[in-house]
This record gives sequence, structure tokens and C-alpha cells, in this order.
Amino acid sequence: MSSDPLVVAAGDRPLPPALAVAAEVRRRRVGRRRLLSRAMLYGLAALLALWVLLPIYLISVSAFSPREFVFSFPKTLVPSEFSTETIGFFANSTGVMPALWRSVQVALVAVVMTLAIGAPAGYAIARYAFRGRNAFRLLIISTKAFPIVILSIPLAVFFLQAGIRDSIWAVALMHTALALPFTVLITSSVFVSVPRELEEAAQTLGSTAVGAFVKVVLPLALPGLAAAAIFTFVLSWNEVFAAVILTLRERTLPALVLTVMTQSPLPYRFAAAFFMLAPSLIVIFIIRRYLLGLWGRVIK
Amino acid sequence: MRAKGLGWAPYVLLIPSLVYMAFFFAAPMLQSFGLAFQDRAGDWSTVSVTRMLNDAQFQRALLTTLTLLVLVIPIQFVLAMSMALIINARLKGSGLWLYVFALPLGVSELAAGIIWYSIFTERGWLNSVLTGLGILERPYIFLNPQEPFWLILAVVLAEAWRATAIVMIILVAGLQSIPRDYLEAADVFGATTWQKIRRVILPLLRPSLQTALILRTILAFQVFATVIAIAGRGLNVLAAEAYRWYGDLRDIHVAASYAGLILLLSVMATILYLWLLPTREEQLA
Repeated sequence: MSSDPLVVAAGDRPLPPALAVAAEVRRRRVGRRRLLSRAMLYGLAALLALWVLLPIYLISVSAFSPREFVFSFPKTLVPSEFSTETIGFFANSTGVMPALWRSVQVALVAVVMTLAIGAPAGYAIARYAFRGRNAFRLLIISTKAFPIVILSIPLAVFFLQAGIRDSIWAVALMHTALALPFTVLITSSVFVSVPRELEEAAQTLGSTAVGAFVKVVLPLALPGLAAAAIFTFVLSWNEVFAAVILTLRERTLPALVLTVMTQSPLPYRFAAAFFMLAPSLIVIFIIRRYLLGLWGRVIK
Repeated sequence: MRAKGLGWAPYVLLIPSLVYMAFFFAAPMLQSFGLAFQDRAGDWSTVSVTRMLNDAQFQRALLTTLTLLVLVIPIQFVLAMSMALIINARLKGSGLWLYVFALPLGVSELAAGIIWYSIFTERGWLNSVLTGLGILERPYIFLNPQEPFWLILAVVLAEAWRATAIVMIILVAGLQSIPRDYLEAADVFGATTWQKIRRVILPLLRPSLQTALILRTILAFQVFATVIAIAGRGLNVLAAEAYRWYGDLRDIHVAASYAGLILLLSVMATILYLWLLPTREEQLA
């Protein structure tokens, strides 16, 4: 494309009057075009937001309507009556509450384990130049997309031999493995953002390396570490394939819903979907600042 | 970065994750192939792999998985690219747009499947709207096992809805690493939006596109709960077959064959993308 001398030149130096008028006209035209494309952009953004939000709205309507509404036809997009009957029916169904409790336990164990195992590695990547650093990073990044189906089936055999199949521990160990690469990556970016000078200053003032870490680095890294923990929690809370392979009676919530779904009435399914969805929406809001760091990395 | 002193410290810090990953990534992966190439008695044999290949459901499962992948990924990339460009345009409240577009990131496969089931089911939202507008006289049974077209469409929409967010996030991060000067330079030379996308953004976004494509393809080979929630046994996919052989048919060796096949396909797809979309070193820096 040829450059546009009128627009480019206008800002630099006074133009001859005729050219100045031409430049003004051009600038207005460009401005109007900008405004129009800006409006179109807002329109498109609103459309895409609708595409994302509408299904969430619809399942919320189903979950918070009376049970007759779920079977009624045709449905109205604006609910006529708010009710906790459908949600209550699901919550009181056999096995739901124990499964919910198991899901929470599994997720908490996975959070503790990923941080205990992954955060030291994240710190090493952030703070030290050492041989094999890039190889380790590559290993971590490539395991981020590791197929869960591959791991679950052999591990079921192993957990059976170890005597912990069909327990929250089996699922928690599996979820720890899945979340570990993410924890290493996010904790390394968290530790990078804590100035090393602070840590060194503490050591100069007589702290040990461990003391400096606990007193100086940890408080500053806490919000980022919390984000990593929350990410692991959601991953575990949502994961269903490994959970359904590794458990039989000790189902987590998604595993339970998946196995009884086809024999369950519609209100059960819709309330279950909302139940599984709701915590995640809040969590995404809490960690929204870290989303780009978690997933945005390019394979290097 | 610390260059000297305590040379062993980083290695000590890495040991727990390396051990864990050896135990829970490397070992199961090798064992998966071991299981696939054993018969039920535990002797080495190709009988399990052959059983998988000759199973009546195998071809359908493979074909459906590939069909879903081929349909979903282009839709996701167009949607994700639009969302990423909108966020990069810094509209008012860009943080809010990012949050809204990223919402499905926290939605599980299973929940997404049920949500779209509630839309497509006989007394669902789609039929309510279509009869309300007078397009249909009575509700149409979309999710009919005899009609794979609607089943596949519903799964494609559910997957496009759920898993576009992750592609969007990767692309947004990529867009943010493109220097603003490049786009301003394009503006000065009077480039249209389309020209900017085609000549400046897409070439510089290549590493991000490659990462997103690899990730999405690998995840698409494992599609599972969305399909079960929407189609039940009406559609067959590879991961659901692995689950069926493990759970219902109690043959862990055939299940492991499916797992091995999924890994093989994932590795092949990754190599293909790395080969088709080479990225220059300087773009990665």
C-alpha cells in the first residue's frame, strides 16, 4: 500500500492552507471510518459474549426452576418462578453429598501435593542458571498436554496392586501428576517476579537462605501461589476420565454424575451441571490475572 | 539469575518433580504399551491390538473422533482469533471482555455436555425457540441415535463453546508480544484491518498458533465426557471405547491399545504441526 502523505505529514509541520484543508477532510474521514469499525468491534464483542454467556444462563434457569419447568414445553427464556427444588433434588439424591465431599478432598490433596512437589522446581527454574535447565523446561511444557487416557489405564493396574484403587488417594495422585506441569510453570513465573535483591539483602543482614525465602520471598509470592493452587483445584474438580477409571464405589462428583447420568431424570442432570459449573466461574474470576501466564506460553 | 555457589541446589529442588513425573508419566506410558501388547494371560502377543482393530466399533470410533476434530478446530480458531483481536483492540473494559470470553475455561467437559444436551433435547431450548418462532410445528428429536448429523453438530457446538477459551488465551498472550510499533507502522502505510491481520499479525503469531493447534488437537483425540453427555452410546469416540473396554468388558489390554493409539495419534499430529508450521528461532525469543 502507498503511504498517505496527508495524514502522515499533518502532525509534523504547518501545511499550505489548501493542503491543510485536504488533510483535515482526510482526517475526519479516517476518524469516521475508525468510529464505524470501533462500533462494529463492540457489536462483535457483544455477540461473542452472548455466545459464551447464553448457555450458562440457560443451565442456571433450568437449575433454579421448579421440577415441572424442566419437563415443560415450550420453555420461556425468562423464568416464571425461582425455586431451589431442582437443585435440592440433586443435592439430596443418593451418593451426591459423599461424592461432593470426596471431590473436595481429592482436590485439596492434589493442591497440597502439587505445591509441595512443583513449587521447589519452579523456584529452581526462576532463580538458578544450571545445566539442563532448558531441557527440564521443555519436559515440563511438553507434559502439559499429556493425554490423560494413557496414564489412567496403566495406573489403575498399579493402584490395584498398591491396594489404593477405588480411593480418593488414587485419584488425588493422578490429578497431582496432571496439574504438576502447570504448577511448575506458574510458580516459576511467580518467583521470577519477586526481586532477587530483596532475598539477597535479607541474607546479607544475617538470614539463612531458607530464612530469607520464608520471611521475604514467600509473603510476596503468596498471591501467585494461591492462583496456582486454585488452578489445580479446578483441574481436579472438573476431571472425569481418570476419576471414573480409578474409582468404582468411591466416586468423585463428576465420576458419579457420568456413571448415573443416563438413568437419571433431567432435573438431576441439569442441577448437576450447574453444581459442577458454579465454583469454576468464581475461580476463573479470582485467577483471571494469571490466565495468560498459565496458558499463554509458547512451546520454546 | 544466580550463576555460582550452591551448584547442587537447583538439582535438589528438581528431584521431587522429576521422580514424580518418572513415576506418573514415564512409567505409565511405557506400561501402556506393555499392556497393549499382552494377551489376557499376560503373555506377549498382538492379540489385544488385533482385537481392537477388528472390533465392530473401532472404525466408527476412529472416524467420529477425526470428524469431530476436523469440524471443531477450524471453528475454534476463528472464534478464538476474533476474541483475541477484540481484546487486543483494547475496548472499554477489556478486562471484563477477557473474563467473559475465558469463562468456559473453568467448565468441565461433562458440564458443557449436559448444558448443550439441555439445549438440544426434545423439550429443550432449541425446540422451544423454533416452535415459538413457528419454524417447527412440534418439537423435533435432534438427539436421535439414528441421526448422527445432529449428534455430531451438538457435540461440535459444545466443544467449540467450551474449549475455545484456551485457544483464545494462548492467542491473546501471543498478540501482546507483538510490538505495537509494527501495527502502527502498518496503520501509517494505510493498511486495512484485513491486511494487518494477514501480513503482520498472523506471521508473528505463528508460534502461538502452533502451540494452540498442538494442544487442541491432542485434547480433541481424548474427547470423552461431552460425547457421553450429549449422545450417550449414540456416538463412539476413542476415549469412550477405552472406557468401555476397561469398565464394561473388563479387558484392560484392549483398553490400553486404545490408549496407545491415542498417544500415537497425538505424537503424529504434533510432529505434523511442527513440520507444517516451522517457527524461526528469532520469533521464539
